[in-house]
Amino acid sequence: MGTRDCQHQIAMSSPAAGEAGATGDWRTERPVLDPALCLAQKQEKEACQLCWVYCPDLCIARGVPPAVLLTYCKGCGICAEVCPTDAIAMVPERESAAAAAGGAR
Amino acid sequence: MSISILTGNDAAAHAARLARVQVVAAYPITPQSPVVEMLSKWSDQGDLQAELVRVESEHSALTVCIAAATVGARVFTATSANGLAYMNEQIWWAAGARLPVVMCCVNRALAAPWNVLNDQQDSMSVRDAGWVQLYCRDNQEVLDTTLQAWRIAEELGLPVMVCYDGFLLSHTVMPVDVPEASAVDAFLPRHEPIPVIDLARPRNVGPVTFADPRANADGVICHGYMELRALHQEALTRALQVIPRVERSFAALFGRSRGALTWGHLLDDAEVVLVAAGSIGVELTVAAEALRAEGVKAGVLGIRAYRPFPAEALRQALQGRRLALVFDKAMSYGHEGPICSDVRSALFGAPGAPPVFGAVAGLGGRDAAARELAEVARRALADLDRGVRQRPAEWVNLQLEERA
Amino acid sequence: MTRLVDLPTQEHMLPGNRACAGCSLGIGLRSILKALDGKAVMTVPASCLTVIGGMYPTSSVTVPWLNVAFPGCAAAAAGLAAGLRATGRDREMTVLAMAGDGGTADIGIQALSGAAERNDDFIYVCYDNEAYMNTGTQRSGLTPAGARTTTTMLGKRENPKDMCRIMEAHGIPYVASTSAVFPDDVYDKLARARTLRGLRYVHMNTPCPSGWSFEPRDSVTVGQLAVDTGLVVLFEVEGGVFRLTGRSKTLAKRGKRPPVADYLATQGRFKGMSPEAATEIQRWVDGRWAEYLRRDAAGATT
Repeated sequence: MGTRDCQHQIAMSSPAAGEAGATGDWRTERPVLDPALCLAQKQEKEACQLCWVYCPDLCIARGVPPAVLLTYCKGCGICAEVCPTDAIAMVPERESAAAAAGGAR
Repeated sequence: MSISILTGNDAAAHAARLARVQVVAAYPITPQSPVVEMLSKWSDQGDLQAELVRVESEHSALTVCIAAATVGARVFTATSANGLAYMNEQIWWAAGARLPVVMCCVNRALAAPWNVLNDQQDSMSVRDAGWVQLYCRDNQEVLDTTLQAWRIAEELGLPVMVCYDGFLLSHTVMPVDVPEASAVDAFLPRHEPIPVIDLARPRNVGPVTFADPRANADGVICHGYMELRALHQEALTRALQVIPRVERSFAALFGRSRGALTWGHLLDDAEVVLVAAGSIGVELTVAAEALRAEGVKAGVLGIRAYRPFPAEALRQALQGRRLALVFDKAMSYGHEGPICSDVRSALFGAPGAPPVFGAVAGLGGRDAAARELAEVARRALADLDRGVRQRPAEWVNLQLEERA
Repeated sequence: MTRLVDLPTQEHMLPGNRACAGCSLGIGLRSILKALDGKAVMTVPASCLTVIGGMYPTSSVTVPWLNVAFPGCAAAAAGLAAGLRATGRDREMTVLAMAGDGGTADIGIQALSGAAERNDDFIYVCYDNEAYMNTGTQRSGLTPAGARTTTTMLGKRENPKDMCRIMEAHGIPYVASTSAVFPDDVYDKLARARTLRGLRYVHMNTPCPSGWSFEPRDSVTVGQLAVDTGLVVLFEVEGGVFRLTGRSKTLAKRGKRPPVADYLATQGRFKGMSPEAATEIQRWVDGRWAEYLRRDAAGATT
């Protein structure tokens, strides 16, 4: 928490990411991209990028392959749905957390 | 400087022209329509360099003014009665957004039943919205007050409603001293707002605001809804200093002064003080003179600024008097007249405060002539002499009994 | 037509905003602001977009934005346009009014009609999620027949207003129908509208997972099926000339559309609808589609 007063006379917002907090917290499933199946990766150029186009939350960075920004990804799964090569799987958070911990529980 | 013969509506339109308003949006309603017609004519003739948005409703009229004022334009609108009621939502928005909108409210009775004549129920009904409300006695005051309204509005970031009585002023001609444009330019320099709408510094204006303060992305604590409302109240309180200061500066430039928060007539030694806002105050001066001729020391206290309410000025002005008799051209139905209520609450517990009697007059254009107003004062004094200290408001010139 | 992969990479919105997961409005809004190159001032009445814009003191878009009361979106846009012109800044930015279906077709239609009649200089986008979603899914004048909402528990009986025809009847320079899940179509229409002056109206179908009752991951597929079945048609009318665009144009050439029942089956709001009611909707869609084909053919010859 800061200590300075905003000096505002009226409500007037400034832009910043995460207005609703780290919305990745909302997620129950996370998108996991398999580069081997990704068109961009296979063609070694910024092709396709449909996951980037359709992400309503600006949580996919263009690239070869594209990358998911998990801090804010709400886990809607649109990217997995629009991927023409099924390169993105929606994995339950519990499993991905376990995988991140090396399988140990 | 030149004396013209103008209606109150003419005077308001001249003020808007002299203020070099940049955006005008208005919708016709009796008795305000001539204001819009005159500004439209000047715009078409090239005498007024303003964007005229001929909107399809009063709600849109004030919405256009709100958006244009947010961009930084000097804006003007005018309305009456049901038009004011129709823009009610935006009355609150303009105030909460702290925009220097100037609006003339040509006071008229509210339906139902339909009535296009004068009372002050329309503007009184929005007294709580957070606008500065100024009431005019005559057409000179309509012009002068409207010019002063922009100075007040732009200094405080508050909308100002200039109220003048429909037909009694709006359609009645009087000699009015119309100042030169250059003199007005000196009094009212070009509006230089801080641009809120700026591509380089994008801001989201008027978003949903939480009850409590909240930190922004840089950790700076920003206000909650209640803090913003407290600042709004603080600005209106400050208006009690700003309105007289602006009036003094106007008087210095134009050589005439019509009172700041209040005005008085035969007040110095008055034992009975007749209190009112608007043109009925002039009628009361005639009544006071008639009472004086009978040996009753009567005087008039006119309320020019109704919001913010000049409570301290009233306490001082009414201290030690025998009676304050308040004439309202509106009602808070189920209670009493709004000015009467406010005077009572201002005087409550104050040392030397007189009893306060109320009278309701002139609803829907009912005559309230000096002769009748003096009669009301005589009856009030008789009650006072009988020891009455509290009584219900008298409805002036009411004829219910006679029909029974 | 702009290819999806070629849409500009510069974004004018930020992640971590308050939209529901899977809300298609984010897809559409990204494209709209790209087409305007971020040089826009938005005005938004009470709606889902207000929520996405964010709570004070943080905003989720990087363009200026003026909030406005529910009925006043078009009037606020008219005021912004007038104010910018009066202060000599009108060439700096496009005025973009954006309201939902209720804010457009119901409570906001008076101000919109007035602004259209005056041909005020702004772009108006109605993002149509087919009910009052921000207040919890009450029926609006644009809710389709058969849809259950919290105020039409047995399914709405009336067909929606045809907002595009209403706006066309005002004789404004540009009217278009698009869908938030066709970001290329959205982009091209806004880019075109940006080059014109006067009131430009774009109607954007905006699938809503929570209000229409489908899984958030299906927003794009549901919205695409709406276009494929002909319930939503992509077109534009410029200077009175009508033409189908994008997928709707392809469908017209192909001559075959999947049945509306396929679309209705994707959403909980149409659950329990009688076969007769579904047939009636199919008949309504077919009649409209025939009219669009006729107008497209007529437009192509002019």
